Amino acid sequence: MVSVANNMSISLTEEQAMLLDVARGFVRNKSPIEAVRAQLESPSGFDQPVWQEMVDMGWAGLALPDAVGGAGMGVGSAIPVFESLGHGLLGTPLISTTLAGQLLWRAGGESAAGWLTRISAGEVATVALLDGADWGAAHTGVTLSDAGLLQGRKQFVADAGVADLLIVVASEAGEPVLAVVERSALPDAALHENVVIDLTKRSASVDFSGVAPATVIRGANVAQALADYRLLGALFIAAESTGAAARCLDSIVDYLKTRKQFGKLIGSYQALKHPTVDIYIGMENARSFVYHAATIVSDEALDHDAEIACRMAKVAADDAMVFAGDRAVQFHGGFGFTWECDSTLFIRRAQWASQVFGGAVHHRKRLASLLLDY
Amino acid sequence: MSDRKAALKAFQQEVSAWMSENVPTDPGFLLPLSFLEVGTEQQLDFLREWQHTLWRAGYLGMHWPKEYGGQSADPAYQFIVDKELVRHGAPIIFNTIGLNWVGPLLLDMGTDEDKAKYIKNILSAEDIWCQGFSEPDHGSDLGAVQTRAVKEGDHYVVNGSKIWTTLGNYADHMILLARTNPHTERKYDGLSFFLSPMKIDGIEAHPIRKVTGEYGFNQIFFTDARIPASCLLGEEGGGWNVAMKTLEYERGVSAGQASGHMMVATQIEDLLDALSQIEHDGAPLLSDPVVRDDMVGFIMESKALSLGGRRMAIPALNSDYPMGLALSVKYRGTEYGRRMKQYAASQQGALGGLYVGDDSALRGGFWQRAYFSNFGATIGGGTTQVQANIIAEHVLGLPK
Repeated sequence: MVSVANNMSISLTEEQAMLLDVARGFVRNKSPIEAVRAQLESPSGFDQPVWQEMVDMGWAGLALPDAVGGAGMGVGSAIPVFESLGHGLLGTPLISTTLAGQLLWRAGGESAAGWLTRISAGEVATVALLDGADWGAAHTGVTLSDAGLLQGRKQFVADAGVADLLIVVASEAGEPVLAVVERSALPDAALHENVVIDLTKRSASVDFSGVAPATVIRGANVAQALADYRLLGALFIAAESTGAAARCLDSIVDYLKTRKQFGKLIGSYQALKHPTVDIYIGMENARSFVYHAATIVSDEALDHDAEIACRMAKVAADDAMVFAGDRAVQFHGGFGFTWECDSTLFIRRAQWASQVFGGAVHHRKRLASLLLDY
Repeated sequence: MSDRKAALKAFQQEVSAWMSENVPTDPGFLLPLSFLEVGTEQQLDFLREWQHTLWRAGYLGMHWPKEYGGQSADPAYQFIVDKELVRHGAPIIFNTIGLNWVGPLLLDMGTDEDKAKYIKNILSAEDIWCQGFSEPDHGSDLGAVQTRAVKEGDHYVVNGSKIWTTLGNYADHMILLARTNPHTERKYDGLSFFLSPMKIDGIEAHPIRKVTGEYGFNQIFFTDARIPASCLLGEEGGGWNVAMKTLEYERGVSAGQASGHMMVATQIEDLLDALSQIEHDGAPLLSDPVVRDDMVGFIMESKALSLGGRRMAIPALNSDYPMGLALSVKYRGTEYGRRMKQYAASQQGALGGLYVGDDSALRGGFWQRAYFSNFGATIGGGTTQVQANIIAEHVLGLPK
């Protein structure tokens, strides 16, 4: 019989439920839409004191073990926070930092403890993965020479402009290695900021040529850690998109309940009402997949079920968010087409999120093999 | 393992062993895919006997009170039985309207006399129940029903017609929504709810043939039918609320049903199994990248439904829209079923042009028939389009 995804585990620990409550409240307070808009054209894209508060609450180390200053609750525990960030469109380097921590921990374990302790304490970290636009590319052209110097340029490095630590995925004699580079080792000219479609997000291309990393992590765990990193990236973004889709739905519903045309509230027209129900259903589906994945991902190497769960979460969240953002613009009519309307923020988030860590097609292609080849 | 878990596990093994011995084999004639399509005496006798057997074994209405024929057990036991029924490919438990809408309704709001009179016979399949809500001119707009019930002494005299009445030609009783007062300000306030006998003078059932070629629905004609006044459930004029409560059971929003095994469940594995028997372009259909991607979509939809069902039990993940997942089960599940079955019917090459009765048809024409039959689910109990309105208005708070 064909292998079908039969793992239906979904649960929420008491800690996660509390965290969901706290994070929702925090984001609601700190990230009203005016605050989001105030950061759209700022260099970093976020408010430093808000980030510091998040660090002080321990969020930078939520997914890390307590031995390195983390919360020791497992990687799935952070999902409610990412969902909440999405709900408030709050742009901070938390996802980049968390992912960098996961990659270092999974590849280096105890040997990376020093770096991980710094991350838990609030240093911003990010991973430099892509050479180009292809999220499916298996190899990197960025190399580490015998002399211990990096050669080559990385693209679309999230939050590179504010990162203290950059984890560079490089190739040394054909084997993947992780080169940890401190920001102080990079000349300013090495960074070139992208013009990002989502103005709450930042990324840059970074030229690492001639830079000597502070540490290199090698060995058998690196390839597995990178595979896990890509899946966790997909899951974290899916969680964030699920929150954003819920918020986008709120904005549509509010408008449909207040805007009148032809003497009637436009929310009474089924041409608007029924697609709005489908936005809602899409968001709930994404949420189910996200919390299912959060339940079964572990600090060990991700297994077959976890891989299916992360990929399904990304597909469901991408679809939900793209549909929500697209309809948000349309359903707000002429106003929806303007910069002033919040649907602008949602449709831009949707377009950004639906490519990062691979879009729906990327993951569906892989799901077909995971589900149907046996 | 906790005591409860161990007890449930032991029960599951007991039920499974019983079913291996007792689930009837293929009777040699076509069985209905759901309770909506019981169309011959032969099917009726077979299904009645099977339900009776299951009840006698103590596996039906397990969480209903012992004094009324149940087992007074935890609802988890009935879930286990229902799952095992599916796993063992058992025939459906056909007295659905009694078991799943009327039973829980009477246990909730019936008198002790009602319970003693009706509940046990629902479980044993001695009494078959049907539902008289929809009318020829009023399907989705239930509040507008026109069938009249006029009180004369200790009887009500009923005139009018009901339609889409599943099991109506075999039923002993009907839950009947009728208008006792045509002059109320709100149309809802003129309605009353009756537990009406069916086998009396003045009530006639005319079977209706369906798109599948089968029967199961009826139109019911009331011509001066006299039903005892004691058949009124609740207050005269209070029928609308009782009907709405009934629909909560029907749509799965409220729990208490005696058995969920009301249709031949079609799982995603069945779809994969069907497609794995098909070749296209001289190669297995499941090696076609387009088909593979379609399958990913169906598997995800199926999984999302299951996960959503489980997520309902986690309050912290339902606080934004507390009833949202429950109220969208029918909307999502029935439409998924329709599209999935149509897909299977459309991937069979030339066999897709055959129907039940042709020896060459794939699995006896199962998918073609299942696709057509599924419209019973997307239309009955409130159409998909009405469900969308309900979700929009009651979950999202959009205006009527």
